[in-house]
Amino acid sequence: MKDIKTYDEINARIEAGNAVIVTAEEMIGIVKEKGASQAAQEVDVVTTGTFSPMCSSGLLFNFGQMTPTIKASKVWLNKVPCYAGLAAVDAYIGATEPSEDDPLNKVYPGTFSYGGGHVIEDLLLGKKVFLEAKAYGTDCYAGRKMKKYVTLDDLPHALLCNPRNCYQNYNCAVNMTDKTVYTYMGMLKPDCGNAYYCSAGELSPLFNDPCYKTIGIGTRIFLGGGIGYVTWHGTQHNPNVERTPGGAPKTPAGTLMVQGDLKQMSADYIKAVSIPGYGNSLAVGMGIPIPILNEEMAMYTAVSNKDLFTQVIDYGHDYTNRIARSYGEVSYEQLQSGTITVNGKDVPTAPLSSIYMARKIAEELKAKIQKAEFFLSRPAQLLPDGR
Amino acid sequence: MYTRIYVLRFLKDTSEQPVIYHLVKKFDIEFNILKADILPHREGMMILKLRGTKENVLNGVKYLETYGVEVKRLATAISRDEDKCYQCGACTGVCPVQALSIRRKDMAVLFDPEKCTGCGQCVTICPVRAMQVSLEPEVLAEA
Ligand code: SF4
Ligand code: SF4
Repeated sequence: MKDIKTYDEINARIEAGNAVIVTAEEMIGIVKEKGASQAAQEVDVVTTGTFSPMCSSGLLFNFGQMTPTIKASKVWLNKVPCYAGLAAVDAYIGATEPSEDDPLNKVYPGTFSYGGGHVIEDLLLGKKVFLEAKAYGTDCYAGRKMKKYVTLDDLPHALLCNPRNCYQNYNCAVNMTDKTVYTYMGMLKPDCGNAYYCSAGELSPLFNDPCYKTIGIGTRIFLGGGIGYVTWHGTQHNPNVERTPGGAPKTPAGTLMVQGDLKQMSADYIKAVSIPGYGNSLAVGMGIPIPILNEEMAMYTAVSNKDLFTQVIDYGHDYTNRIARSYGEVSYEQLQSGTITVNGKDVPTAPLSSIYMARKIAEELKAKIQKAEFFLSRPAQLLPDGR
Repeated sequence: MYTRIYVLRFLKDTSEQPVIYHLVKKFDIEFNILKADILPHREGMMILKLRGTKENVLNGVKYLETYGVEVKRLATAISRDEDKCYQCGACTGVCPVQALSIRRKDMAVLFDPEKCTGCGQCVTICPVRAMQVSLEPEVLAEA
């Protein structure tokens, strides 16, 4: 489809203070009222948002040298093991790494009260974190041990570096067995007693650009309250799935790898989470602006919950045994109503993804663009779309 | 007036007997069943809110215990730390009495302490530990 405006033109309007920015929710009504063609003329940017646990997240950090210098090979932050197979004083702490003395699931279901996500949150809250490093010692790095308290300000570099975030869609989880199960999709009661889902639906970034026409490598995003970038497609990115006529995937599909400077972020938009029986993780607040370059983008961003679907999957038995079976397709409108029907039975639903905060992020990103504090970037390369 | 919430566990043989009926008759106690469950092996579990004079409530509890009912005070109040809560809604999937619910028009998660029975399920499920158990102020005052 022919573009009717460019990234540069949109940015010039943002700079001049006359760009029209709306949220993904507002866009639904605008396109309904005026049609996609007119909406594309009038609206420059649609903002999206999502805020939910995103397990494949972590912090890449540098903790500064000492005398004698050290090439750390084992590193802990508040007793949470980090990956230190990098050079000298670089390490990576994963959000799902539990504290070393955590009883895990020995007392089932484990509570996982402290892990990598909590270290990241403590740093954001300005707290002191205890760093321990061990090394075998070399002629050029003679140090063997380092122990010190660090705050986020003390770390020379702290980069949130998340290999898989922002799932384009996610399963609705139920439990068809006769025992309660504790999963990353929540506590699921036996005999399909409840259902959990995890997507911001019509507000979610990749549901508003379902075929990856504008989101790509180099896209500037709202990440945890600061500015971040899409740096690659995420691991497990899979565009080749069944889609609606509007292009939206009906199962988990695209994902994003994102990075951003933790020092710009805020604990309001990054939260450590403990999921009973499963483990630790990090809830990440993210928002992506979508340029309305043409009528097609206006159409995509006008998608609403009733046109977005996912599959009901059994996490009691099927999921861990890799059995690909859907107990039905449900729309996000049904999921958000609080009840879905599975096998003829009414099942209460609850979300894991904060729709309230997703909206807040979309609003905040809109405000930032309106104030010309945030500009759109044209991706250096688009994500694989399976074609 | 003295109001307390108790968890009662009945063994198989006591669950047959009308102990609650006697509790009300003998001790002039108002009660409100917050939750009742018959567990496997016919064991019973009940969460009761009892209201009466302090003496009557405490004597009532003693009476229950002589019938082999295991009585445990729920000396807790549940509160929500609004700074920690990020309105995800996970807790609404476990709250048995809709004290935690979703306002559909904006998907905000509401907490109504009036409806809360203190069962504590949300405390373990909340991923950011925003739901907290705390002692009721009057319990501390009496201790
Ligand atoms: S689960 Fe916790 S964070 Fe989520 S809405 Fe409930 S109280 Fe708030
Ligand atoms: S303790 Fe939590 S789950 Fe239990 S009734 Fe109160 S709000 Fe609901």
